[in-house]
Amino acid sequence: MTAASAAAAAYIVAGLLFVLSLAGLSRHETAKTGNAYGIAGMAIALAATIGLAARSLEAAAVGLIVVAMAAGGAIGLWRARRVEMTGMPELIAVLHSFVGLAAVLVGWNGYLSVERAGAAQTEVPAGLLGIHSAEVVIGVFIGAVTFTGSIVAFLKLSARIKSSPLMLPGRNWLNVGVLVAFAALTVAFVLSPNLGVLAVVTVLALALGWHLVASIGGGDMPVVVSMLNSYSGWAAAASGFLLDNDLLIITGALVGSSGAYLSWIMCRAMNRSFLSVIAGGFGTEGSTAAGTADGEHTEISPEEAADLLRTARSVVITPGYGMAVAHAQYPVAELTRQLTDKGVQVRFGIHPVAGRLPGHMNVLLAEAKVPYDVVLEMDEINDDFAGTDVVLVIGANDTVNPAALEDPGSPIAGMPVLQVWEAEHVVVFKRSMNTGYAGVQNPLFFRDNTRMLFGDARERVEDIIKAL
Amino acid sequence: MLIGVPRETRPGETRVAATPATVRQLLALGYGVVVESGAGAASSFPDEAYAEAGARVGSGDEAWGADVVLHVAKPTDGEIRRLRGGAVLVSTLAPALDPGVVETLADRRVTALAMDAVPRISRAQSLDVLSSMANIAGYRAVIEAAHAFGRLFTGQVTAAGKVPPAKVLVVGAGVAGLAAIGAASSLGAIVRATDVRPEVAEQIASMGGEYVGVPASPSDGTEQQGGGTGYASVTSADYDRRAAAMYAEQARDVDIVITTALIPGRPAPRLITEEMVASMRPGSVVVDMAAAQDGNVAGSVPDEVVVTPGGVTIVGYTDLPGRLPGQASQLFGTNLVNLLKLLTPGKDGRLVLDLDDVVQRSMTVVRDGEVLWPPPPVQVSAAPAAAPAPRPAAAAPATRPARSPVRTSALVGAAAVLLFLLTALSPNQLIGNLTVFALAVVVGFYVIGSVHHALHTPLMSVTNAISGIILVGALLQIGHTSTLVTVLATVAVLVASINVFGGFAVTRRMLGMFSRS
Repeated sequence: MTAASAAAAAYIVAGLLFVLSLAGLSRHETAKTGNAYGIAGMAIALAATIGLAARSLEAAAVGLIVVAMAAGGAIGLWRARRVEMTGMPELIAVLHSFVGLAAVLVGWNGYLSVERAGAAQTEVPAGLLGIHSAEVVIGVFIGAVTFTGSIVAFLKLSARIKSSPLMLPGRNWLNVGVLVAFAALTVAFVLSPNLGVLAVVTVLALALGWHLVASIGGGDMPVVVSMLNSYSGWAAAASGFLLDNDLLIITGALVGSSGAYLSWIMCRAMNRSFLSVIAGGFGTEGSTAAGTADGEHTEISPEEAADLLRTARSVVITPGYGMAVAHAQYPVAELTRQLTDKGVQVRFGIHPVAGRLPGHMNVLLAEAKVPYDVVLEMDEINDDFAGTDVVLVIGANDTVNPAALEDPGSPIAGMPVLQVWEAEHVVVFKRSMNTGYAGVQNPLFFRDNTRMLFGDARERVEDIIKAL
Repeated sequence: MLIGVPRETRPGETRVAATPATVRQLLALGYGVVVESGAGAASSFPDEAYAEAGARVGSGDEAWGADVVLHVAKPTDGEIRRLRGGAVLVSTLAPALDPGVVETLADRRVTALAMDAVPRISRAQSLDVLSSMANIAGYRAVIEAAHAFGRLFTGQVTAAGKVPPAKVLVVGAGVAGLAAIGAASSLGAIVRATDVRPEVAEQIASMGGEYVGVPASPSDGTEQQGGGTGYASVTSADYDRRAAAMYAEQARDVDIVITTALIPGRPAPRLITEEMVASMRPGSVVVDMAAAQDGNVAGSVPDEVVVTPGGVTIVGYTDLPGRLPGQASQLFGTNLVNLLKLLTPGKDGRLVLDLDDVVQRSMTVVRDGEVLWPPPPVQVSAAPAAAPAPRPAAAAPATRPARSPVRTSALVGAAAVLLFLLTALSPNQLIGNLTVFALAVVVGFYVIGSVHHALHTPLMSVTNAISGIILVGALLQIGHTSTLVTVLATVAVLVASINVFGGFAVTRRMLGMFSRS
């Protein structure tokens, strides 16, 4: 057993542990074990790599590794501990950008240590140089797209820039143009590797990543974050090809394909084509339909809402991004506990794209200690609305819009929605009568069985608790 | 347009197609309303109440001569002849059972919508009179049983001695059955209920009943599930035999039996035999809600109350909703208002029939004299009598047309050729890499295929942490060649470490919060 074969064996074990980790994450019962598998796999992989590298390194280099890892680890743990659950989408987006950045740096290093070194290099046999060059360009390209794409997503999610889609003229042709240029430059780089070509590819890819995400509206952010997750996997896989490292290939491909599948699930939940979300531009035609469903809405006071809840037998709460914005999950959980103690059946209905991250609402409710077995997904609860006494819509809008089913001309037509209007009473918590992310007016607000409760969701829920 | 609400003439019909409350809603949709004098009398809605709500009270000819006529019971041929050409009739029509009425309507050159042909999809639930009437009928069946039953429903312990609670068996847990379960348990009875679909046990429990299943066959423990695939499938002989044994046992024990088992378009199944009725205690009551369709109970007579020689009362009323006319009219009228909301997209009093809408298409029996019955089948899941209407059809119009098989195979073929060329032209080392890559992609797709929706965020943060594996690549590049490479690699190590540690830590924190009650 040589050191190299020991490392290869460790990589296989680590790869399998990663597979087990993802599999474990698919169920509540096994989720914690799954995370532990992931940590174990990562520890094995890193130990093997450091062991392998340290044999040929000077002490200074090893020290450098330790310092860099310790610093990175400290920052990572600090952020993970400090982040609020409402800020989870931002954190995940920014973490994706790190993978993209690392992939760009690894690609550049590949060029610097092989092609740039010319005849002096010994790592790659001369016959494989062309392939190596291609791998460098591809790795840098994917990494750079991930890097800037994630940064834009982070800026949009943390409201540092406007989340409305950027509409450049001919944006699809811009994207296609960059891809064509990328293909041409790859060929050029393989024929004669030089610094200029690689720099141009990097800049082009950075611009493409920026533009791709900038042209996607805020309402599609769950899909974007999950798509960037996928890109970060492909970036890691590309680096694996570059370094001829099976562990990187396996792991990158796992993450890449699972992320793509998750995005596809999201798109299906919104009844939207995968391609049109990735190419961007959703929510632009919203203005044409806005205002078609006008009418009079009826307001309700927190005391009256409390009366409704007190006499109800079955209550369903459908939260949306507004609950996250108002940090209303704690009072909502308290309200749930009080109603449950009174013998009212309280359940939650979660739309697959509620919030800004797949599963965002579930995480918030879990943080506030709402038991996960009363939190149901759309398909599980949609049939039950007809038998529900009161539905509380807290900060959700497009995901409870009846126009999706009833108005074929609506921009969100065909998107499956929570059919809250079938319940006896619907109370909508909202700051104002503004439209949601899709920019579509919501006829739900004007229904006879709908009551509007205006104001900050958190304060209004607390008012109801007081009145109870 | 003017809506006419004539007086119902079918013997025993007490309902009316509009109440003062629904008249207001019809007016809000932009229609004018004329109500025949005395139309609401049997439901205790006097003419003055309609006038106060804004309707005009007129003669029968005025009501039948309106642009849109709302009616409850199936109209007679004479009544259909009172419609003017081009009018719209909305009523119960039973077109499947009575082709004659369809012809008469076609001759008259009218448009007719059958309220009893609403497809059972959730979007159409608000129009479904079968469901709203079954709800009332189920409640009334319990009241009829209590009336005929010479004892208390609720159990009591009094100074004068102990009174045991009545035991009620409800057969069939559709809308009517569930309503009956709720009503009987509210009165204090012990309620048991059975259904061929074991999955409704939860709904039965939610209404306060106890589910009684058909015992599994000794030879095959799984057959209970198989027998319960739904009304649509015919139950096996062995299943029927075991079910009969269960009914016989229950009949000896309970005081009240309420049967609601109906299969649309077929005679009702005969579930309670003469021997079972005979085995019940004197004074017991059986309400056969399927009496109009041959009955679930041996010896039931439609619209009559029969007392057997053994002292068991069998109630065969077929007009149970009409026995609560006030509410039945209100619910029926609201169903009609909901239909007119659908038919009046402009809220301007102009009725627009859109035959591309599956709900409107299913209900339209005749359009301007053109016979459109039977409608194309609507995709509804195989549970015709289920209380919550199945959902799939609601999403059906929205699904994109499936990709043609030719195109799919062309795509797959092209991808295979591309992959073949790529691999065949690659050096050996790359082939190994590509193999690993392709297999890992497939594993990635499958491994998260069944992920629970609530875990999407933790899954994403753990995959994010795992993709920090690029750290390995950066580590391998440190200290090998130039200083520049080492510097870049160190930066890569730093950011990738943030990713690895941060990702796992935050996943751990999130998972720690998920708890079960």
